[in-house]
Amino acid sequence: MNNKTSVSPTARSWYLLFFIWIIATSGTLISLFFSEVMQVPICALCWYQRIALYPLVIMLPLALFPYDAKIIRYISPLIMIGWFTALFHVLVVSGLIPESVQPCIKGIPCSETHVNLFGLLNIPIMSLITFTIIGVLLFLSQKTFTENNHE
Amino acid sequence: MNNKTLFIIAAISFGLAFIASVTIYKSQNTSSIANDALPALERINAPVKGRKNAKVTIVEFFDPACGTCSQFYPLVNNLVKKHRGKVKVEMRYAPLHKGSEDVVKMLEAAHMQGLFWPALELLFANQQSWVDHHVSNPQSALAGIKTLPLDHQQLESDWQSSKVSKIISQDILDGQTLKVRATPQFFVNGKPLVVFGYQELVDLVEEAIAEVY
Repeated sequence: MNNKTSVSPTARSWYLLFFIWIIATSGTLISLFFSEVMQVPICALCWYQRIALYPLVIMLPLALFPYDAKIIRYISPLIMIGWFTALFHVLVVSGLIPESVQPCIKGIPCSETHVNLFGLLNIPIMSLITFTIIGVLLFLSQKTFTENNHE
Repeated sequence: MNNKTLFIIAAISFGLAFIASVTIYKSQNTSSIANDALPALERINAPVKGRKNAKVTIVEFFDPACGTCSQFYPLVNNLVKKHRGKVKVEMRYAPLHKGSEDVVKMLEAAHMQGLFWPALELLFANQQSWVDHHVSNPQSALAGIKTLPLDHQQLESDWQSSKVSKIISQDILDGQTLKVRATPQFFVNGKPLVVFGYQELVDLVEEAIAEVY
């Protein structure tokens, strides 16, 4: 145990996981606000990212009480899937990856964005930022936990 | 503060914040557009189909590259035909697709020669030849428009003129004022079509007819 700081590594890891939960829950509520309240259409790629994000809201609290570091291993695949889907989505929106032609009336094309904050933040970019932050925090959490166990 | 209290406070805050945002959003978002946005709805000299003095005006913000706009075109035509003299449709440009800004300029140039509707019909019918992966190719679109009986030189100089460019910028600006985020976006006598769908549009139009006739 490190005596210089009052927060033990386990507690630090707990706070990191708690912070991931805060971000995941914010993302979940914001995306639900967009789709259910503002009625922004949801494309297929958005759904895949939701599949990766929403479970965190439920799973993380179970690992917070009592603290269970195994959650880091369990949720990391979800974060990876979410991150890669978000990256792919951002590339589709920017036009770097062409999307196959589909009629606007049946499916909702993923290459069109409906929400634009400050002229540059669209939903896929927000998603990519979210998954990136979660990924970094998860990595830090894992690192803190491993260091703790080695001491 | 222990961890459990922290978590419970955070969870409750999330719940309250969400309910508050929904309440605020719903109270601000009514089914009619704000009075200060109303002047943005119609523009003198915008292409119109139907009798000028018709009391019901459908304003459609459209992008010639949009597939749904193309599918709605005959449906909107039917509405104007079905309620002959009572309903007119006014077209406003909302070039949301990449490359569409030049294409709507060409449409406006065709409009100046009185050929807006044939040009639009042509572009909608041949969308696959000038729209690729939701990106417009203005040169292919121009080649298509040129098959119409119009003055080619006039068309060329008009679509690149500052006059046309001003009209298009005005339409884009008005679209932003009216919060047009996707095409087609319809307004019937100032009321936006909130839930998108053909039947919903028919209902909105019939409601407006019942109100003024």
